[in-house]
Amino acid sequence: MRRETGTSHHMRLWAVAFWLLVWQAGSMVLRAAYPHGALLLASPLSAVLRLTELAGTASFWKAVGWSALRILGGFALACVAAVLLAALAAGSRRFRELLYPLVAAVKAVPVASFIILALVWLDAENLSLFIAALMVFPTVYLNVLAGIEATDGKLLEMAKVFQVPLSRRLRGIYAPQVLPYFRSAVSLGLGLCWKAGIAAEVIGLPAGSMGERLYTAKVYFQTPDLFAWTVVIVGVSVVFERLFLWGVDALVRKAGAGWK
Amino acid sequence: MEIKVENLCKSYDGVQVLKNVSFTAGPGVTCVMAPSGAGKTTLLRILLGLERPDSGNVRGTAEGRFAAVFQEDRLLEQLDAMENLGFVLGGELNQAGAESLLAELGLSGEHGKPVREYSGGMKRRLALARALLVPFDALVLDEPFTGLDEENRKHAIACIRSRTAGKPVLLVTHSRDDAAGLDAQTVVLEL
Repeated sequence: MRRETGTSHHMRLWAVAFWLLVWQAGSMVLRAAYPHGALLLASPLSAVLRLTELAGTASFWKAVGWSALRILGGFALACVAAVLLAALAAGSRRFRELLYPLVAAVKAVPVASFIILALVWLDAENLSLFIAALMVFPTVYLNVLAGIEATDGKLLEMAKVFQVPLSRRLRGIYAPQVLPYFRSAVSLGLGLCWKAGIAAEVIGLPAGSMGERLYTAKVYFQTPDLFAWTVVIVGVSVVFERLFLWGVDALVRKAGAGWK
Repeated sequence: MEIKVENLCKSYDGVQVLKNVSFTAGPGVTCVMAPSGAGKTTLLRILLGLERPDSGNVRGTAEGRFAAVFQEDRLLEQLDAMENLGFVLGGELNQAGAESLLAELGLSGEHGKPVREYSGGMKRRLALARALLVPFDALVLDEPFTGLDEENRKHAIACIRSRTAGKPVLLVTHSRDDAAGLDAQTVVLEL
């Protein structure tokens, strides 16, 4: 039997077009079947038109900036903490054992529980930063730890014998080994932090956030707004993921050169 | 510098690999010969400070700086030859001196080529170049000629001879020709 080959995991334009048509057909059917069918499922066209209108307003960009600042701030904080703690954990079995239950708990507890609990401790404004950080931390920590542990011990021995300073070991041995692990954690973590961060905003309703706009759209049955904001959230998440991955790839290339 | 090995013993999981090994390595090449599994590499690892002996002493290594060719090449595969040398030498890297030695070892003209694209023999010669370029007080060579053809082996021996004068060199090899080529004093380890 002949096996089909090709990049089946990549998004194809024809497949996107197919599902947009299904969406359009679904909204048309609902509109024809019920007097207020358009409220149940806005068409892709109305969502795009609404998005165009929103993009022309200052409040739209303020909301995007407000949420991005906090969610990406949480992501950055989590990355820094995770890398530092992974480095410590790689050097100390006891410290690794100490952190394990905490990391396992953060991974296992539903994000909604954390959001509600965090609302007791924090004001709504800082909720998305905290939740985004919490969701990203275990992924980055575990991946970076795995990368450090996979570092070639024989190269480290070589560096020890030749008395290579730590800064050069970090760049020449650890960075090329750990950065691919960090890259995959960043790719996974950015998607997670946007989903969790916006969920926190929808529950905490901080004024001026994307989550608040999403919630308002739901309360007033503004389904085109709901879809438009969802498209924006997905778009912003993808853009930042690409930007971060581009940055990490540049670091990987840099780690593979130098000292001439 | 003189390295004194006194009654060195080492066991792994109850199996003794080094039993009361004693010898002195002064300036010049000391060749350690033994059958496979007799603890040659373990001995070198103890000398390099990578392992501790169960008992016995190694004197004369604390104050000196070692360079080594390990049993494996242990090169940074993503980097080219000069970058590998720069990784170890940092600001001490003398570009002209490095290029000259690489040429002597038949590795000129490989500029920009990552080590992962080198043949086994080329990697071995680069590992030797790295060890010879580092300022060292004693040199450890674990099967340094593995994978080298006759001509490259002769060049490698000439480079070792010219760059280690007056310093102790510990050589592990199975080949009596290699030991003879370096005028080595031979120490035989027994199982």
